[in-house]
Amino acid sequence: MRDVAIVAFSEGPVTFGSTSTPVEMIVPTVHDVLKQAGIERTDVDFWCHGSCDYMTGQPFSFVSAVDALGAWPPIIESHVEMDGAWALYEAWIKIQTGEAEVALVFGNGKSSAGDMNRALSLQQDPYTVAPLWPGMTAMEGLGACAALQAGTVTERQMAEAASRARRDGAKNGNVLVSGNESADELLSRPVTAAPFRDHDIPAMADGVSAVIIATGDVAKKIAKRPAWIRAIDHRIDHQNLGWRDLARSTSAAIAASEVGVHKDKVDVAELHTTFSHHEQLLINALQLRPDATSITPSGGALVGNTLMAAGLSRFGHAARSIFSGSADRAVAHAQQGACLQQNIVAVLEGN
Amino acid sequence: MSEKTGDKPLRVRMPIGIDYKWCAGPASTDYLTGLKDGRLFGRRCPVCELVYFPPRNGVCARDGVMLGESVEVGPKGTISTFCIVNVPFLGQTIKLPYVAATIILDGAHLGFSHLIQECEASEVRMGMRVEPVWRDKAEWDYSLENILYFKPSGEPDAPFDDYERHL
Repeated sequence: MRDVAIVAFSEGPVTFGSTSTPVEMIVPTVHDVLKQAGIERTDVDFWCHGSCDYMTGQPFSFVSAVDALGAWPPIIESHVEMDGAWALYEAWIKIQTGEAEVALVFGNGKSSAGDMNRALSLQQDPYTVAPLWPGMTAMEGLGACAALQAGTVTERQMAEAASRARRDGAKNGNVLVSGNESADELLSRPVTAAPFRDHDIPAMADGVSAVIIATGDVAKKIAKRPAWIRAIDHRIDHQNLGWRDLARSTSAAIAASEVGVHKDKVDVAELHTTFSHHEQLLINALQLRPDATSITPSGGALVGNTLMAAGLSRFGHAARSIFSGSADRAVAHAQQGACLQQNIVAVLEGN
Repeated sequence: MSEKTGDKPLRVRMPIGIDYKWCAGPASTDYLTGLKDGRLFGRRCPVCELVYFPPRNGVCARDGVMLGESVEVGPKGTISTFCIVNVPFLGQTIKLPYVAATIILDGAHLGFSHLIQECEASEVRMGMRVEPVWRDKAEWDYSLENILYFKPSGEPDAPFDDYERHL
């Protein structure tokens, strides 16, 4: 295997109701990540993009995103109909095959373009589930109920996850919602979509994230302290919600085991928690110890769910903790689909 | 979802639909509000200095930068390429044969497609100079459909060098 590291990360403003086109939104973030790396766009030999046509309502909308990159001289690029974290996974494979040394990966989404709770129903089985328009919140509600009933997650843990996300969000600044409420205060608020209270449901956001990954010597030239991707794994649970145990994330557990999360201490774990109960499900699956690991210090997707970018942002924020030296070993996690259907887990190290 | 009823399967219609709010963005907003007033606005790339009409997604696809100043272009232009349509198709509203052409407006460097009328299809040629024929002003909307079609302007043909780089 080739040594590959994250060497730069940029996250555009997390907003809701941008009046720019998705393509116009991408440009500043791509420019910024190149500037941070101190390289030119012609130094990038593979570009990979994650987005979702159901969010824009335009078939092949990702093709126009290439405009934002400047495709002259011609570039080699690819796209996944997934969060940008999956584009990172593809770029990592591309580098492993020896076909690239430096890859720029980005993910973008504009949640304000429509009713995303409804649109995300279309990720489900097109014959038996999608036509029922279950909505993301209802599907996640089923998952949360299953977890609460099985005792794998408690209501207090959900409130604690939300409380911490809101506090960390305030420190981060680039989020949609934040607050200093304690878990007790949050628990005293009304249940608005059982079993959820408002703070258990993600704040939908518009946003763009971009990451540059590079091979060994190139990475060392670009970054003082590259975040080496020591292992990365992607696992998928069954699409049908009735055919799997929603009280635990089996695919995240397998991915975590494959990359050896538990083999050493974890300083920081950036978890792609979109609904508050995901956090404890992921802590269980990854066998993390919250007393020894800083869980999602960026605040995470719960306080600014930049669909199709939020998963890649977890990789970016985990890498930042390595860049800054605040972590020696970090875990990045991204999910896609209803009830943690798909999971990527990676271990990043500074040495 | 189909259930056997005798020999015939039960058919169930399950239409899907989602409403979207599309923001034109700053570049296309100039373009669309200009059309509403009967004016044609493109945008110039600050790097290659080419003028995009329409301004697409507000970025230069060649340089990967935001387009810069708004530039009024046209209304006259030059045909760079064209196609004579002889084949009838479903939903056709224009009498055959007709000409669909790529037109480069004066001051712009990106072609766009429009109809050519008020001349025989056989007269249309590369380099032909054309001008727009607008709908009644009362019907103008935020749309390129405000222009019904382009017709020959009667000017001498543009030299090949003028449009060669846009082919």
